[in-house]
Amino acid sequence: MMHGMLFRKAKNHLMTLLMLAATIAVLVPLGLIFFHILKMGLSSLSLDFFTQIPKPTGETGGGMANGMFGSLIMIGGASLIGLPVGIFGAIYLAEYGGGKVSTSIRFAADVLSGTPSIITGMVAYTLLVVPMKGFSGLAGSVALAMIMIPIVLRTTEEQLKMVPGSLREASLALGVPLWRTSLKVTLRSALSGVLTGVLLAIARVSGETAPLLFTALGNQFWNRDITQPMAAIPLQIFNFAIAPYEDWHRLAWAGALVLVTVMFCLSLTARFFGRSRHSG
Amino acid sequence: MPVNGIDSTGSFRSSLNRRRTLQSATNTNETAPARKLNGDLVFRYLTTFFAFSILAILALMLFEMTAESIPSIRAFGLKFVTSSDWDAVQELFGALPYLYGSVVSSVLALVLATPLSIAAALFITEIAPQRLGGMAAPLVELLAAIPSVIYGLWGVLVMAPWLQSTVQPFLIEHLGFLPLFQGAPYGVSMLAAIFILMIMVVPIITSITREVLLAVPQSQKEAAIALGATRWEMIKMAVLPYGRSGILGASILGLGRAIGETMAVTMVIGNSPNISLSLLSPAYTMPSVIANEFAETTSKLHASALMEIGLILMVVTLIVNAMARLLIWSVSKSAKGGAA
Repeated sequence: MMHGMLFRKAKNHLMTLLMLAATIAVLVPLGLIFFHILKMGLSSLSLDFFTQIPKPTGETGGGMANGMFGSLIMIGGASLIGLPVGIFGAIYLAEYGGGKVSTSIRFAADVLSGTPSIITGMVAYTLLVVPMKGFSGLAGSVALAMIMIPIVLRTTEEQLKMVPGSLREASLALGVPLWRTSLKVTLRSALSGVLTGVLLAIARVSGETAPLLFTALGNQFWNRDITQPMAAIPLQIFNFAIAPYEDWHRLAWAGALVLVTVMFCLSLTARFFGRSRHSG
Repeated sequence: MPVNGIDSTGSFRSSLNRRRTLQSATNTNETAPARKLNGDLVFRYLTTFFAFSILAILALMLFEMTAESIPSIRAFGLKFVTSSDWDAVQELFGALPYLYGSVVSSVLALVLATPLSIAAALFITEIAPQRLGGMAAPLVELLAAIPSVIYGLWGVLVMAPWLQSTVQPFLIEHLGFLPLFQGAPYGVSMLAAIFILMIMVVPIITSITREVLLAVPQSQKEAAIALGATRWEMIKMAVLPYGRSGILGASILGLGRAIGETMAVTMVIGNSPNISLSLLSPAYTMPSVIANEFAETTSKLHASALMEIGLILMVVTLIVNAMARLLIWSVSKSAKGGAA
């Protein structure tokens, strides 16, 4: 009897150790990735990175200023298209929803968010690049918007559903029309949660590369015209990482550090909004 | 004209609808209430339009992908998935190497990632002190949000050289008699793709498994402990059986992510369309060939063949994701049923 107990205890300890080992095995590569981004990124980052465009091969220095500009413009464009569709779509589901139509809209959003992002790039290519006869920042924006919409839709709907019905009814009982109630009461009360979802969606698309490959294409030079090929930070990281030049690798690491920092700040802000709602 | 906004028998929503139709009939004569109503009507049309545009986007996607694939489907039929000729000059396209590469890389990545993720999730939820577990959860979620191009950057500049200098020579020397580990150490290879995919899907599977495990009722675990079970026996008896289908769903969701993963894999797999048993040789996947060739297609048929690969990819991920969602959903449903 004692022997059995000892055996069982030993097995328990062994399994606990194995689980600990697995947790460490999971964390080590991820820690290494952060370590390398920090180490290589910090040593490659300079003021030039934010003010210069990439130098031709063979010349040292240069930066990703055009990529940062392009990313900002395309993410801005994607938000202009994606946020209204996502938020108003969610209001529809929350206010008029119910029934088969809403279920199919939710299902469509789920399918869209599960689709590999490179497919959205292909679709934006056939819809915009082919008719416009050229790659453009606009096509990139549309591809990013298609990724943003389902994320914003689902998070906003979740938040709107959490607003108590009594609040809505009180507003309607005071004679406020439904549309004002939706915007000024329901959406307003859920605002911080909605904002969290919006920020997370922006963080998500700011790192997207595959949908930009054949829409925005990338650009070695300055371009302020949204109908022309545009540079973007993730595209530049990709192109520079697979190029055989040491100097371009350094730029790619610096770009990765900037991108991860921006995404980290966005998700921290999102968490802050999420938390202030719960405590306040 | 009887204008009655309140419907004593119908629901709130139907009474609203009724009022809307009744009053919209009157809004040609009356101006003041008509303006209010127009606001509601416009708002309803606006939100309906945006909501339906999501259906339209999905329909448009499926339509475009199918329509653009038709030339390739017509030209090659079933041979598209059984042939490995990929020759843009002679316009012969067969996608077998890409299918093979996608299946092998994502399935093997999943085989490696699943046990690690389950063990890590168990450690976080059942064994680690609660404060530590609370810290691990947002960390894991943060890792799941890192863009794939950054995993790829690390993979091609740090991991692949390390594989080439250390791991692959070791495998060749000690396990070289196996067909899995033959050939020269290139660094970029199927093995590199499997590793990078494993690193990428582990945070996803871990965080979903953690949620599934948190749904296991406390009373189940306490009952096991009360019967004298050790902690591991409790996990084996009470926790794992309860979460089984949810954990399966989590790993299938990871599979869906791995199949569709583009950038990181493209950067480390070597992009060479051959079918080789050896994990050390470069390979190619469906998303990678699209990423590399779609912007510079040489002919209509070439573009169409890539579109067909995209269509296959889309359908496969759709099926995989639907399966995963059903499994996870069944767990959360039974958890709710059990609590009630």
